[in-house]
Amino acid sequence: MTDPAAEAARTTEAILADLRSGAHRGIVVDSPPGAGKSTLVVRAALELALAGERLMIVAQTNEQVDDLIVRLSASLFAARPDARIGRLSRGGFTAPPRLAALPNVVVASGLADLNDPLVTIATAAKWAHVRDEVWPWAIVDEAYQMRSDALLVLAARFERALFVGDPGQLDPFSTVENDRWRGLTWDPMQSAISVLLRNNPSVPVHRLPVSWRLPYSAQDVVASAFYPFTGFRTGTGPGERELGFRTAGHGVEDAVLTTAAKTGWSLVELPRRHTLRTDGEAVEAVAAIARRLLERGATARDGSAVTPVGPSRIAVGAAHRDQVAAIRAVLDHPEIVVDTANRLQGREYDVTVFLHPLSGRRDATAFHLEAGRLCVLASRHRQACIVVARAGIRDLLDAHPSSAPVHLGDPVKFPDGWAANQTMLAHLEPHTVSW
Amino acid sequence: MSAIAAYARALAVVEGVAQPITTVAHVHVAARPLVLVPLALAGEANAPLAAMVGTDPASPRLLIVPQPRDRQLRFAFAASLADVVLSYLDEFPVALAGEEPVAADAPQLWVPNRGGLAFLRLFGRSTRFRRTTGEYPVAPGVPVLGRWLTWFAERSEYPGASALLAATEVLGAHWATGQSALEDANLAALLGWIDPPAGSSAREAAREAEDPTVWPPAGPSTDPSFDNEVLAPAIAAYAEAPERSTARLERALRGQTFPTWELTWRAIELMRTLTPGGSVAVRWAADCRQYAGFHRWMAEDGLPQARRDGAVAAARRLLRLEWAQQEYTVSRSFDDPRVMADFRVTGEAFRGTVTEVDAERRVENENGNLVKRPLVVVRTEDPVHLAVGTAVGSPSRPKQSGRVLETDAGLVTVEIAKGLREALPRVGDDVTYSSVLSSGGRGPNLPPVEDTPWTHGGPPEPYVPTDEDAGETWE
Repeated sequence: MTDPAAEAARTTEAILADLRSGAHRGIVVDSPPGAGKSTLVVRAALELALAGERLMIVAQTNEQVDDLIVRLSASLFAARPDARIGRLSRGGFTAPPRLAALPNVVVASGLADLNDPLVTIATAAKWAHVRDEVWPWAIVDEAYQMRSDALLVLAARFERALFVGDPGQLDPFSTVENDRWRGLTWDPMQSAISVLLRNNPSVPVHRLPVSWRLPYSAQDVVASAFYPFTGFRTGTGPGERELGFRTAGHGVEDAVLTTAAKTGWSLVELPRRHTLRTDGEAVEAVAAIARRLLERGATARDGSAVTPVGPSRIAVGAAHRDQVAAIRAVLDHPEIVVDTANRLQGREYDVTVFLHPLSGRRDATAFHLEAGRLCVLASRHRQACIVVARAGIRDLLDAHPSSAPVHLGDPVKFPDGWAANQTMLAHLEPHTVSW
Repeated sequence: MSAIAAYARALAVVEGVAQPITTVAHVHVAARPLVLVPLALAGEANAPLAAMVGTDPASPRLLIVPQPRDRQLRFAFAASLADVVLSYLDEFPVALAGEEPVAADAPQLWVPNRGGLAFLRLFGRSTRFRRTTGEYPVAPGVPVLGRWLTWFAERSEYPGASALLAATEVLGAHWATGQSALEDANLAALLGWIDPPAGSSAREAAREAEDPTVWPPAGPSTDPSFDNEVLAPAIAAYAEAPERSTARLERALRGQTFPTWELTWRAIELMRTLTPGGSVAVRWAADCRQYAGFHRWMAEDGLPQARRDGAVAAARRLLRLEWAQQEYTVSRSFDDPRVMADFRVTGEAFRGTVTEVDAERRVENENGNLVKRPLVVVRTEDPVHLAVGTAVGSPSRPKQSGRVLETDAGLVTVEIAKGLREALPRVGDDVTYSSVLSSGGRGPNLPPVEDTPWTHGGPPEPYVPTDEDAGETWE
């Protein structure tokens, strides 16, 4: 087996070589969860900045923009102390404190006020209102979450672009349903990358091979459920990560935690029942497990380093906003992140607990089956992932085989949510704890 | 399905009759709509078989294609349908106010169901490119009809537009029945639940609706036994002796369309019993503007609509559809407390009693000036799931908006920031605040078509209808 670091470095080198060559108008980089996408963006940005190229960076949310700025600021400062990063924001935006302290960052709502920085960064929504100016290079982050019509709006702003994203995460969505653009290569409902690639087949596609985030225990299941054709490997091998506890326990929550610590996964199964979306018992269970992690003084070992799993290292996920609100209310802990799959994209924690999107449901709609949603929820953790669900999801899946119509000329999306859910559940079954 | 709709469905099962899920009508019902009940021939892609059409429930006009596999006869049918539809459109004149075409009222088409919508869209597509000269010429009205039908079909994609309505969709948006969504697509069954005939229960009426001999399918697909036992022999007889057999075919097809014709009118009558919501007139005005615009385009020898949207056109249409969707959702909830209840269930809106108002509160803004930011405190029993800072607005004061400052044990504090000219609520008032608000502002600027970027395939060739388009076969 080759050294994962060397393997990843080779890919990065190939991407940067493509970037330097100037032979391509677009370069696409696919990245499985936690494969160093942000690191790559920072590397590429530095590479371009050091060559003196003015650069625009497009991210999808304000959090993603701020995360990138924090990561880029220090490296850029070390390489070129005079260069500045301009953050375009909407009027009335107050920069979070973590940006205020950075010496080389300017925040403004108009281009003119940024005073020509080397790197300009904003959300796609903000970029859509920038006119006239053209940048020689753009980096589009999380491009699989960006809808192609958003790319259409801002494509005139750059000459060449590097598109980076995770093909396994949630697809962009629309509030309307309309089949009239099916099969068109510029279908505005598709992601930016799929439209780019269908119209420009010669654009090179690279793939980051190593997930540094996911533990070895997640490699096979996440790869086979969500990246069946490309796969990936984890940077750590068996036994290199371990979840531990400073105190002993003997309740049902502790059985869950023990299973999670031992195998990296745990499926908490509540009695079978059809419930409202905000299933009170399931919400209680999710909150109790998250709380128990803190009470037991969980620790995360990575190699030989052992760190405590504090509340900020735990995330709780759900499919719907009302579920998130219900869990927040019951859990009532200011530091544990509770959010929807959409908003957990790109985030990383030691332990995650999530309410299965199909738990307690009577039907399996496309929304609840979506592979990307499950993939986000099941790939945020460095140590272990705990799934809370009502029993009977496999029967529900069997009762709702995927029946989405196939449209001519439409790229078929693999894996489909139904298959991904089956794979995931088959893997979780041996790690079941009855609640 | 929303919680309210799910509850209403459960209630409908228990009560044995459909339950209203709105308090007002959310579509415009025209004074003189044109009803069209289309039928298509089974086994042929969108081959017209018959249409019952007209503006007067008492005198429908039946158009038939005696041999639907015959191109000439199909075009003759299209030409007669064009006569009916285009003379109906003539009732809605368009004038010019300066440069802007304006129409005081617009035409409204009703079809029985979703299938009818799809039929009109495809029929529009198959007629709008026809040529009136050269090989296979058609009557002058045919391509005009095709463009208009396409306009109606495209307009019906916009949420809240009322130019072309399907009876099942409209009724389903206003009543919940105790049957499945699939059964709701059957107009007879749906109406049976909402308005059962005197002396029979909703369940009986819905069960009876499943018998195709009593209630023939609302089209465009026909009942297979009718096809085999009545239609096929009648068409065969027509092949033998056209003159003598036309009446037989007409009788058969009238029997298949007339019940649906009556049902569609009953649906229209039912909708007329509801008071229109506050924003219905505004949305109908948009329909009128769109109608006037397209009328003008047609008057200037407008080209047929392209077969498919280019990259820019597709993006523009999607943005407009999304905008219309959001506006429709918001204005429906503002017009109708029962629609608002959906958002109260999910915690996105709340209703309660004002317990405290601080009308004179002033705070410092970013520029250091003191500005008026009154506070309204509302006591509510709704499960409020609104984060601090969420923007909220109130249906009773649509111009006034603010944000949530604090939520605590059934008390929500709202800071009012906009629309202070309108009177503030007073202590004791019953108010509703919702976080589902109009997106306002215009969307992003799309590039002009000729600047379609390389990422989307570059600038397309400008669309010119070709002989190939005109020669497109009917199959």
